Amino acid sequence: MNIQFRDRPEEASLVHAKTAIADCDIHPARATKTELYPYLAKRWHTHLETYDKRPYHGMMEGPPYPKAQPNAARRDAYPPEGGPQGSSLSFMQKQHLNPNNVVLGVLNPLATGQGIRNHDLAAAICSAVNDWQIEKWTSKDSRLKGSIVVANEDGPSAAAEIRKRAGDKNFVQVLLLSRNVEPLGQRRYWPIYQAAEEAGLPVGIHAFGFGGNPITASGWPSFYIEEMVGHAQCQQTVLASLVLEGVFERHPALKMIMIEAGFGWAPSLAWRLDKTFERLHCEVPHLKRKPSEYISDHIWWTTQPMEDPERRDHLFELIDWIGWDKLLFATDYPHWDYDDPSRVLPPGVSDANRDAFYLGNARKLYGVS
Amino acid sequence: MTSPTAGGVDCDLHPAVPHLTSLLPYLNDYWRDQVTTRGMTDLVSQSYPSNSPITTRPDWRPSQGKPGSSLEDMKKQALDPFKVSYGICNPLYGVQMVFSEDMADAFCRALNDWLANEWLDKDERLRGSIVIPTQSVEKSVAEIERCACDKRFVQVLMLVMGDMPLGKRVYWPIYAAAERHGLAIGIHAGSNYHNPPTSVGWGSYHIEDYVAQATAFQTQLTSLIVEGVFARHPGLKMVMLESGFTWLPPFLWRLHKFWRGIRMETPWVDRAPLEIVRSNIRFSLQPIDAPADPETLNRLLDHMQSDELLLFSTDYPHWQFEGDNALPEGLSSDLVRKIMIDNPHATYGRLKQSVIKEAP
Repeated sequence: MNIQFRDRPEEASLVHAKTAIADCDIHPARATKTELYPYLAKRWHTHLETYDKRPYHGMMEGPPYPKAQPNAARRDAYPPEGGPQGSSLSFMQKQHLNPNNVVLGVLNPLATGQGIRNHDLAAAICSAVNDWQIEKWTSKDSRLKGSIVVANEDGPSAAAEIRKRAGDKNFVQVLLLSRNVEPLGQRRYWPIYQAAEEAGLPVGIHAFGFGGNPITASGWPSFYIEEMVGHAQCQQTVLASLVLEGVFERHPALKMIMIEAGFGWAPSLAWRLDKTFERLHCEVPHLKRKPSEYISDHIWWTTQPMEDPERRDHLFELIDWIGWDKLLFATDYPHWDYDDPSRVLPPGVSDANRDAFYLGNARKLYGVS
Repeated sequence: MTSPTAGGVDCDLHPAVPHLTSLLPYLNDYWRDQVTTRGMTDLVSQSYPSNSPITTRPDWRPSQGKPGSSLEDMKKQALDPFKVSYGICNPLYGVQMVFSEDMADAFCRALNDWLANEWLDKDERLRGSIVIPTQSVEKSVAEIERCACDKRFVQVLMLVMGDMPLGKRVYWPIYAAAERHGLAIGIHAGSNYHNPPTSVGWGSYHIEDYVAQATAFQTQLTSLIVEGVFARHPGLKMVMLESGFTWLPPFLWRLHKFWRGIRMETPWVDRAPLEIVRSNIRFSLQPIDAPADPETLNRLLDHMQSDELLLFSTDYPHWQFEGDNALPEGLSSDLVRKIMIDNPHATYGRLKQSVIKEAP
């Protein structure tokens, strides 16, 4: 996890040794505070300098739970030219994309307009981040693909942004965060799913975000580790909400990806949903199938942070329950809890499953060759 | 069907308060007057609506009154068929939902006295949990002290969704009082609805709230472990009641992994989370969130890496299983014995103590 690599071998010696992989969770950052200005109307420059972003939490700068290290990112990932980790394409290529032979990298920008209380500002920043992804990243390196970020609390505006980008091959998914004002199955978010389905784009739901709700059903906990572990509980609730509100019943072609929230909990949640649904189905008559069937048909999972049981057979049994065709390898570069592709899968996996895990599933899901 | 071992302990039974007026004899004049003058209604929690299918099994639903309100039914439907020596009563009446700590305290005291008089006095197999007004730690401790002299109380009962995460230091005097008196801490499914019932806000449906209980247990376990409750109270047993347990292994993998990564934030956590759970945390058997096939269930039990974690429960009268199938298919007789007898006795030290009858 939190390791500084020294004596890194020359990248050339590593390239042939490594199989090609997809990295389905890379976090690009901005080098400076004003890097988005060229894509933002003048009025927002003044607005940001006067009032800043005003998210659904109290901090003017930084997160309410201080991270374990600056920007929650690897200390060895600062670009030599300056700026925070993940803000330089050339250093990302040198440190990550080239040596790990990443042939498909999905960008998930986190500092966007999502979770901003002023919904007009949210929409403006999201649109700017989408332009910025093309200009700074995807147009400069064809391995990288962007995610359409949207003003998540304003369904119609979010849908308009998705429609504006539909068909643009720079983008392979719509990106939401797990924590919002309401659980993501709620109606205010339905226009997002409608537009994504029409555009033929999967919706990725990345852990994190702020919606004003405490990160437990008993209020705010004390520690960063509780927030980190708690993302898995948030994601379970989000998935239950999506299923129980009938989002997949209404959008049979919609695909969703659970990003950076674990996948170990998936079988237990599906069993619990099914068992409870058996008793309470008359409350949700809009559901025509068992909850577990919607999950197995509509949901994919990124792997980082990799489930890490003491015993390898437990991991393999877990993946058998979920399906080797549903996992998408991810590193979370440049964050501190980065998973190293050469170490993440224990020995004992068939070649077919290994290929699907590292690359095949992602290519198929995202429609990228 | 897996047969129960005679002489076991049913660790999760729910006797129902018929109505708020049933508590009037146990309230003082002031609170009796408050209830009647203000026209207070019955305190039924949204966690368990009386007519919801999960609140009682169809064949256990009484012709009149609330499910679980008749001792005769409980004997006939739960205590006798599973041949238990002890049944632990966990009243889920909505006394924690009120916002006044004085009112909550009065109702908790009344509820505990009601349980002792109307249930524990009437069947020697029954044991009780002390319901506490959690929003006032001082009053909670006083109520534990008041009830603890009645040895039939074997546990302190808290809800999994409350005002604050349960590991928070402000609650520690409650845990100290429990440890002092040899009481376990039981944490039961349900919310006082002082916070949204999920960590991402209010959902639409009863089914969502019930499914979300499992995630609330997960966040509480994180809180209890990382705040250091078990470094301070290494002998304290906490029991997750109606929590489900198939989520435990992957939850612990994740907690353990992040603890290894950022343990510098909580240096007082002196043992790995996995070890803390194995020594201090227990889970009631029902509900079993797993497919019915014995092979999958046995794999899940193997993932738990301990046969000491589960305590037999019917969750009576909630609808968790059909017929007499409280024990799932495929359990070895050794494991059944552990779940029904050894594990509950190792958890509830007071079961072994002689019961001192209160003076009439």
